Amino acid sequence: MSELAGITSGDGGREREVDHPSSLVATFGPDEPLRLDCGVDLAPFQIAYQAYGSLNSERSNAVLVCHALTGDQHVANIHPVTGKPGWWETMIGPGRPIDTERYFVICANVIGGCMGSSGPASTNPSTGQPWGLDFPVVTIPDMVRAQAMLLDRLGIDTLLCVAGGSMGGMQVLQWAVAYPERVFAALPVATGPRHSAQNIAFDEVGRQAVMADPDWRGGRYFAEGTHPRRGLAVARMAAHITYLSDAALHRKFGRRMQDRELPTFSFDADFQVESYLRHQGSSFVERFDANSYLYLTRAMDYFDIAADHGTLAKAFLGTRTRFCVVSFTSDWLFPTPESQAVVRALNAGGARVSFAEIETDRGHDAFLLDVPEFLDIARAFIDSAAVARCLGAGHTTS
Amino acid sequence: MNEQATLPLPATGPANGEAPRVDHLLVAEMVEHGSRVLDIGCGDGDLLQLLESRGVDGRGLEISREGVNRSVAKGLAVIQGDADTDLASYPDDAFDYVILSQTLQATRQPRVVLEHMLRIGRRAIVSFPNFGHWKMRLQLMVKGQMPRTDRLPATWYDTANIHFCTIKDFVQLCDEINVRMERAVALDPYGRPLRFNAPWWFWNLFGEQAVFLLARGEAEARK
Repeated sequence: MSELAGITSGDGGREREVDHPSSLVATFGPDEPLRLDCGVDLAPFQIAYQAYGSLNSERSNAVLVCHALTGDQHVANIHPVTGKPGWWETMIGPGRPIDTERYFVICANVIGGCMGSSGPASTNPSTGQPWGLDFPVVTIPDMVRAQAMLLDRLGIDTLLCVAGGSMGGMQVLQWAVAYPERVFAALPVATGPRHSAQNIAFDEVGRQAVMADPDWRGGRYFAEGTHPRRGLAVARMAAHITYLSDAALHRKFGRRMQDRELPTFSFDADFQVESYLRHQGSSFVERFDANSYLYLTRAMDYFDIAADHGTLAKAFLGTRTRFCVVSFTSDWLFPTPESQAVVRALNAGGARVSFAEIETDRGHDAFLLDVPEFLDIARAFIDSAAVARCLGAGHTTS
Repeated sequence: MNEQATLPLPATGPANGEAPRVDHLLVAEMVEHGSRVLDIGCGDGDLLQLLESRGVDGRGLEISREGVNRSVAKGLAVIQGDADTDLASYPDDAFDYVILSQTLQATRQPRVVLEHMLRIGRRAIVSFPNFGHWKMRLQLMVKGQMPRTDRLPATWYDTANIHFCTIKDFVQLCDEINVRMERAVALDPYGRPLRFNAPWWFWNLFGEQAVFLLARGEAEARK
């Protein structure tokens, strides 16, 4: 694991991370292009990633973690831009369900992202300027293809487990479909086999907010020294609501006022929930690139496994991967029926699949939070996969 | 919460070194080595684990998340779901055996569930408590109240068992939906099989529970 550079904040930190991330980086030269679904061969390109724990001599204990829309490779360490803990420290770390003392854990920034893997904010090698909208449109399968190239580079043939939630869960499913022989176990959480019309609609609202900001400048804001902060903040605010639930918002904020007793009869943030969302929006723009947000939401919109394979069942036919699919009762972004569609398709092919719907009012974001029932099942699944793969868990076959 | 914290670690032998239940052993003995099995209402996965330890490729369906969690901790593949609604989504002939162990009486539509079992699987194994057992009859006759036993201690108003039947009732249902009985075993209160050649009325009176190995009837099999 690389030594992390000192924590910086503000755009300076974010802009530096784009090309020179404070994590590990794998660079692929002109002779190793990434074949994109849009028909473009992307070369050269780079993938920024983090690694925790150590790879065993059989190279059989590698776990790949896939991040969600606004996540990145800093899954279990202090974030170099925000200074906050890793985004999945409930799941990953010493003694956690994905135990870094037993497993070699890898998390890569997705292609199209803005934390060091090639994306619209990266420098276009042919112009010396940021790519902007000249960067080719990427898909979830493209992200997975890039991760597979990274694993080839690391000399890892088969993954003990691929795990991820939301857009990360889409990548998990894509991994299982595209490279079934390389995935021993798959843990797709709070996700679905395609983006629903409602989710595409939400994404479009976010993109329109970004593009409506005059500072977006047709995507060329980097050349003019601006950043569509307000548009991106609004996009984040709208999206953030979809990550929570009515019950969670009510419990957290109710109709409580922010630092005041009475309404101000103005458009200040009178309510705590407004203040909270404004904070979510403004802190997000400090760490995320607006164009990258457009690209990644687009990648999710295009995701549809069944469309690519005729039916969902066909996509998984003959798979030997063991699956554990998890959904949350209050998740209205990826409601349980989306997960059940995956489970039914896997069942139809006789796959080894477990499924649990976790009761919680914390909405889509529950997968990132300390929800013991979810973490217990994840731990049980990964441990049993390790046993099945003979990674000595202290038990012997009777 | 405590229960969650003390989930058993994955193991491959019987949980906690306990001996398997007699009815589980009986079911396991009916299943051929190397076959594919779906256990409906698999609970904590004890039967599935027993089957997998005997070279069976097992899957489970369980309504409670706690049951699913404990099953997954044992390394089993178990789906959270409801037999009454979710069996329809399983394809035909997906399994060699579909097992319903002590769960028939808790389903809303036992007949539909049984029909699905023999569509999904080539064979079905059903075990259930016999409501025709003499102790049940005696309680109802003498006390005039719904029977309660050590094995079935719930009161009528909080029991999950909404469709009790007797061995005779079950045999009648099998005839009605053209299901062939390949084997039937009745167990006494100590879990010992009753005499093999005893007449049905004897089993219905002295069997505390019954285990049936079923196959599709002739007409069904030809389809």
